[in-house]
Formats: sequence, C-alpha cells, structure tokens
Amino acid sequence: MSTGYLPLVIFAAGGMLFALVVLATNWLFRPRHGGREKERTYECGLDTEGQTWIQFKIGYYLYALVFVVFDVETVFLFPWALTFKASGMVSFAEMAIFIAVLAMGIWYAWRKGAFEWN
Amino acid sequence: MQTLNDLFLIVSGLLRGAMGSWGFAPGLTDAIMALVSFVAIAALVTVNIIVILWVDRRFAAFFQERLGPNRVGPFGLLQSINDAVKLIGKESIMPAAVDKRVYKFAPVLIFTVTIVLYGFLPYGKGLAPIDMGAGLLFFVAVSSTSTIAILMAGWGSNNKYSLLGGMRTVAQVISYEIPLAFSMIGVVMLSGSMNLGSISAAQHTLWNIILQPIAFFVFIVASLAELTRSPFDMTEAEQELIAGYHTEYSGMRFALFFMAEYANLFSVAALGATLFLGGWEGPLLPGYLWFIGKTWAMVLVILWLRWSFPRARVDKMMKFNWKVLIPLSIANILLTGVGIKLYQYFSTVGR
Repeated sequence: MSTGYLPLVIFAAGGMLFALVVLATNWLFRPRHGGREKERTYECGLDTEGQTWIQFKIGYYLYALVFVVFDVETVFLFPWALTFKASGMVSFAEMAIFIAVLAMGIWYAWRKGAFEWN
Repeated sequence: MQTLNDLFLIVSGLLRGAMGSWGFAPGLTDAIMALVSFVAIAALVTVNIIVILWVDRRFAAFFQERLGPNRVGPFGLLQSINDAVKLIGKESIMPAAVDKRVYKFAPVLIFTVTIVLYGFLPYGKGLAPIDMGAGLLFFVAVSSTSTIAILMAGWGSNNKYSLLGGMRTVAQVISYEIPLAFSMIGVVMLSGSMNLGSISAAQHTLWNIILQPIAFFVFIVASLAELTRSPFDMTEAEQELIAGYHTEYSGMRFALFFMAEYANLFSVAALGATLFLGGWEGPLLPGYLWFIGKTWAMVLVILWLRWSFPRARVDKMMKFNWKVLIPLSIANILLTGVGIKLYQYFSTVGR
C-alpha cells in the first residue's frame, strides 16, 4: 500500500515549480510602471516612523514556549494511541499520569497568567 | 458499478502494465506514476480554487440577500476564471524597504505546502497519491509549515501591519494546532492506524462523528482557526490590520496567498471528512464521489459559519483555546480511553 517518500518529494518539487510558473507567466505579461512613490511602505500616506524590525511583545513568545511543551506531548501521544487497543491497562495508567503531569503544567501557566492577553 | 468504483485504479494499473512491458525499471515507473498523480492533483487544485471562489461569493450573496457574480457565463460560473486571467496581467509592486529574498519566497512556499497537502488525501480506496503509514502525522506536520511562510511574509514585508498580522497568525495557528492534534488522537485510538485510507476503512459500519462528537467539535473550531477563517480571521482583520501579513503583496504574489487560503479550505474539510465522516466509505456511489460530496458538505459548513458569527476578539480567542479547547480535548482522550477499555472488558465478559 505504502508509496514511500518519493511522491512526497515529487509533490514538493512540482508544487514549487507550479508556483514559479504562475509567477513567471505574470512576470511576462505584467506592466512595469515603477517609481519611488509607489514603492514606499504602505501606511497612512506618511512615511513610517521608526523601525519595524524591533524586539517584539513577549506575550507571543510565551505562547510559543507552551506550544513546544504540548507539541512534544503530541508526538508521544500518537504512538501510544496507535497501539492503544492492543496494550493493557498499565499503559493506559501510565499515559494518564503523563497527561496529568502536563495538565499540571497548563494549570501552572494558567495561574501565572500566561494566557492573559495584556 | 465496481468498474466505476475502481476506475482510477484500473487506469493506473494499465499505465503500470504498459510501462512494465516497455521494460522500464520499477523505480522509474513509480516516479512516473507519482508525476502523473501530481499533474492530476494540480489540475484538481486549480479547478477547486475556481469553484470554491465562485461558491463562496454566491453563497455569501445568498446569505446577504443579494445576487453575487451573475454576469460572466451561466450563473456567473466563469467569473473566477475571468478574475484569474485578469490577475495574470496585474502589476506586482514590491516596496523598496522589504527583505527581498524572504518577501519573494513566502508566497511560493505557502502554495507548495498547499499542493503537498492535497497529495496526502485519500480520494478513494487506494487512491492517496502520497500513501504513508503515518500519513495523518505527516499531514499535520506539513500543514504547520505554512506558519513559517506567513511569518516570512509578515516579517519580510517590513510593514507594521504585516508584522502584527504575521505575529498574530503564528500565535493563533500554533496555539490551535494543539487541540487539532489532540482531537485526532481519539480517532487514531479508535481505528488503530495513522494511515488516512485505513482510517476511512475503519469507519465502514459507524462514522467517527458518532463516537467522537467532542473531538469533531474541537476539530471544526480548531480548523477554522488554523485556516484563519472567520470568526477567527483577526490575523487579517481589515479594519485594524488592513490585510495582515499580505498587506504589501500585490499582483500574482498576492494571488498565490489567496489561492492557498481557498485551496486549504478544501484540504482541511477533506481531512475532517476522512477522520469523522467516513471518507470514501458509502453505499452505491463510487468512493471518490462520496469523498468529494462529504468534503463539500464540510466546506459549505465552514462558509456558512463565516456569515453567521462576528469576528472574535484576539484575547478572547486565545483564552478560549487554552482554557476551553485544550482541557476539553485532553478530557476527550481520557474519555475515549476509558470507553474503549470498558467496551473491551464487557465484550470479553459477555463471551
């Protein structure tokens, strides 16, 4: 049944080629009316004030940190779920403990106010 | 009937047989078959985008008691094609301040991801172009790559609206990825497989939506957020952020983002149909027709939700994810586990 990784590679390469062909077609037909005014960053009609590439709000990074914890948990959960029907009560209890530990993590982050958007 | 059901398998068998008789190596045959399926999928993606765009506009018009596009072709069916052709001739303005390589690569990447996602879908029995044992996990992994493309677009544009939109998208998409993955775990536990074809086949007698209603609810909400569709489209909220991460994009580069968004609508709906609605399983009609029908039902529900709910506030949306959806999906995993063990216990006792 399994087709292996070859189609995945072909789809990735082909998809990229498709996008590039579309862009190339556009490049062939599009008008070119350049100009300094047109190429300014879009805002309210005035020049932008200050840098855009700054150190960004910490709140976003907190989500990223919590996300990493749970994403790793997902990777552990999938193989467990796959063999769940065949495995006994012990593995179920073990995973329940594992999930409980992570639930404590989410509870801690909750209490610390990591999910409040200020 | 059976012939119609296996139509694509028979065609692929004939092609393989022909290539075998010409003395092609098995590896080369596999590569050519993958290429053929890629061309078929690319055509499907293109047709899909055109149809979804038309349906979305007509559907929206229907909800708002207006007509929608109805001039070009019968019922305005050719309107999307008209728009596509028009976009080819549009100027692509690149602001001087952008990070050129990142800015140019982002739309290509997001479109590539979209096409690869279509490859994972099981269109019928044995009809998944990329058929893997861990297909579900790969689907999730590949789909999360589009986050990087959005961050590239937001950061590379060097525009404050784009940066805010990009950052919001990343925070939203990675947060909602957790309940999305958790909602799939219940399905994997029930079917004992991560291969999308086997998951469909496992629902021969009973669809997963009946056994996993909580997971289905979590899946729908989380996939709306993953698609950044309304009511979770604050990443491109017109009133606050102009268009979010694609503010600075125009011409065909913008069109690639736009097409990827609409094409992803179909692939996520198809994943939902596979996981919860039995995929290609169904009586009488060929499997691929069932698959397309169920997927379109899901697509219409998603479009319907867009016109039924106002846009959520960004802080409420994040709170809802971490304080409602994730605990709910974890509880669903435990509940499913208890349910399966109880079922196994009683079915052995009964004997």
